[in-house]
Amino acid sequence: MASTKLSSEESRKVLDKIETDLIRPMRSHKGLELWLLFLGLIFIVGGYAYFIQLRDGLGVTAMRDYSSWGSYIANFVFFVAASLIGMFISSVFGLLKIKWVIPISRIAEMIALAFAMWAGLVIVIDMGRPDRLHHVFLYGRFQSPIVWDITVVTSYVAISMLLLLIPMIPDASILKRRMSDAPKWQQMIYNLLTLGWDAQPEQYAILKRSMRVLMILIIPIALSIHTVTSWLFAMTLRAGWDSTIFGPYFVSGAFVAGVAAVIIAMYFFRYNYKLGDYITDYHFNRIGQVLVLVSAVYIYFNLNEYFVPAYKMRTAERLHLEEMFTGHWAYMFWFAQIFCLAIPTFLLIFKKLRKPKIMLWLAVFVLIGAWLKRILIVIPVQQHPYLPIQNVPDSFKEYHFTGIEIALNILPIAGVLLIITILAKLFPVISVWEVAHEKGVDETIIK
Amino acid sequence: MNENQEHNDQQNLNEDQARRSFLKKLGIFAGIGAVATAGAVYVGFDHEKKKNPTGKKVRVLTADGKLMEVDEAELEKNENAATEELNELQRRGREGLPGKHWVMVIDLSKCRNARMCMAACQGAHELRPEQHHINVLRMQDADHTEPYFMPKPCYHCDNPPCTKVCPVDATFKRQDGIVLIDNERCIGCRFCIAGCPYSARVFNWIEPLKPANDRVYDVELNVPQKKGTISKCLFSADCLRKGEMPYCTRACPNGVYWFGDRNEDTVTNGTTKETVSFSELIRKNGGYTVLEELGTKPQVYYLPPKNRAFPFQYEGKTELDPNDSRIGGGRG
Ligand code: SF4
Ligand code: SF4
Repeated sequence: MASTKLSSEESRKVLDKIETDLIRPMRSHKGLELWLLFLGLIFIVGGYAYFIQLRDGLGVTAMRDYSSWGSYIANFVFFVAASLIGMFISSVFGLLKIKWVIPISRIAEMIALAFAMWAGLVIVIDMGRPDRLHHVFLYGRFQSPIVWDITVVTSYVAISMLLLLIPMIPDASILKRRMSDAPKWQQMIYNLLTLGWDAQPEQYAILKRSMRVLMILIIPIALSIHTVTSWLFAMTLRAGWDSTIFGPYFVSGAFVAGVAAVIIAMYFFRYNYKLGDYITDYHFNRIGQVLVLVSAVYIYFNLNEYFVPAYKMRTAERLHLEEMFTGHWAYMFWFAQIFCLAIPTFLLIFKKLRKPKIMLWLAVFVLIGAWLKRILIVIPVQQHPYLPIQNVPDSFKEYHFTGIEIALNILPIAGVLLIITILAKLFPVISVWEVAHEKGVDETIIK
Repeated sequence: MNENQEHNDQQNLNEDQARRSFLKKLGIFAGIGAVATAGAVYVGFDHEKKKNPTGKKVRVLTADGKLMEVDEAELEKNENAATEELNELQRRGREGLPGKHWVMVIDLSKCRNARMCMAACQGAHELRPEQHHINVLRMQDADHTEPYFMPKPCYHCDNPPCTKVCPVDATFKRQDGIVLIDNERCIGCRFCIAGCPYSARVFNWIEPLKPANDRVYDVELNVPQKKGTISKCLFSADCLRKGEMPYCTRACPNGVYWFGDRNEDTVTNGTTKETVSFSELIRKNGGYTVLEELGTKPQVYYLPPKNRAFPFQYEGKTELDPNDSRIGGGRG
């Protein structure tokens, strides 16, 4: 995709076509009302569930004294995991100057921002006393990994937002020009984001420099959000969590979940937004390769995480590993490992299978597996503490999801979809100016 | 295209100016993110600052009738007597009893699973039947060894992994060795439950057994219990303040519990009231702590279940269900 400079006549033509193609889907609202209604319904159900939880206490979930962290924390880990993808696609690939990610990097950033923003809320849902949230700021102590987590997640949200909005500047200027019929508030947003953009070479220089700084800055922060999240477990003395590879294990798993989410979003935008000319089979082929790569790394870490203790079978670990391999959690465990990780990775090795439709299905499996995997990391370990669980009702020894819990796990997912929907209606999901650049459009007319 | 043309024509701005204003706006933009993060941090510092003593001392009467001097700053927010009393209880609760270091010794050879300790504890702390500050466990250490009963309170670890992870200092270790909980501050994150390797902590998943009814919260008794907060064994810090032995030790009919002060090197039996040297008791009887390899340094010592005057018996059986023990399934 080497770019050759186009003449100014051609430049205008090409730019006009890109603009039209990428902005058109923002104007079409077909099915949007129905979709929003659906999301709204989830919010109402989730809101009611939360009301009940506030009124009656966390006892309305399956959590009890032994499995005191449950599906909310698993969901939180999943959200943080999925949010890492923004940094992976747009920063790592961007800094390596890998061109094919250009049309999908904004999609990745939108997904990342949406998940990161909701991650904070998921953790509030899990709190026994959400009314005391401010205590974290009043009495926060720095030796608690929770405080580290809050610090890095907030920074990550802030930087992700900048990484989404700063490259939006030239596009905002285009939108300002082309969306003159949009509602006042929408125009105001574009106006604000333009920041006096005039496509001057100096402005490009500043823009690119700022993007570069952000891309570099976001890498350590993104790595630390998930590493610190893994430390919530690894910093305890519990057999099964007490692992030195939890950081990289979580980070590699995060990339798997994130790439799967991007594939699903790519498929959706390609067909629904009719962006077939921009998100092509070539891009699916490429991202498919990326999924194989990150999954292979993740499988490697899984091997270390399960095989090494399973070989030794230390008493405390044996109990929980047996439950995973052959006991209560075996179905979920093998489903997640085989159908949601090993098989998709294997199939995607073949170029013939790296086609949009097949990849969509595989990605859905991978994503479901990623969620289940977080459950398997969080809950079973707690059911095998060092000292036996005795003199408590049976409900303390098992974990059966309640309806309230399910509603409150779906609520933030709907929230993520809502944010992505709003962003995709406000901004082109593919960066207009960067695509135009790639096609050799004269820089100075992109405004 | 026309719009575009027009736009180009209008372009008579001084380029340098455009560049500078762009830079400035970009800066503001980036600044917003930084300010938001910094703001949160500042709120914390600001609060700390407000707590700084003014230096002016004020005399007040404490809940137990002692006259004492406190800093004016601490009185600032005391709008009524209840909050005043609460603050005083919190303050002395966090401080602990100077010069003491409490220890407990549990003699496993005497425990017959009478569970009087559990009952006394649950009564004092207003716990539900499934909530245990102290739990008598059925244990077996290895295949073929004799099962035994093991009362398990909080071990008040000298290196407590539970207080380390608390984000708000709602659970803390005092100078006299007791690990307490402040359920007025706890945010209910349950990180401390995850952190405790001995499963010593319980949570108020639903409304507590007894409603608060305007009672003032006593941090040393953790009563009234509060929905959405933690509870656990407190070594009966309220009793210790009054010079009494903990509820469980006094309730035991079998002489299982010894309780005392490590600094004084004495422990007293809760049943017989006999007082002996702590170090001698554990040295001569093979005293040990549970899972000491974790480095938590428990302050509850056990004497091994040897020379028992009675056989192990639970629900009519003299053997332990393999699923019931640590080496079996760990889930009874
Ligand atoms: S036994 Fe558990 S709750 Fe008690 S001090 Fe030790 S770690 Fe903390
Ligand atoms: S549940 Fe309460 S006491 Fe425990 S770590 Fe969280 S805030 Fe601290």
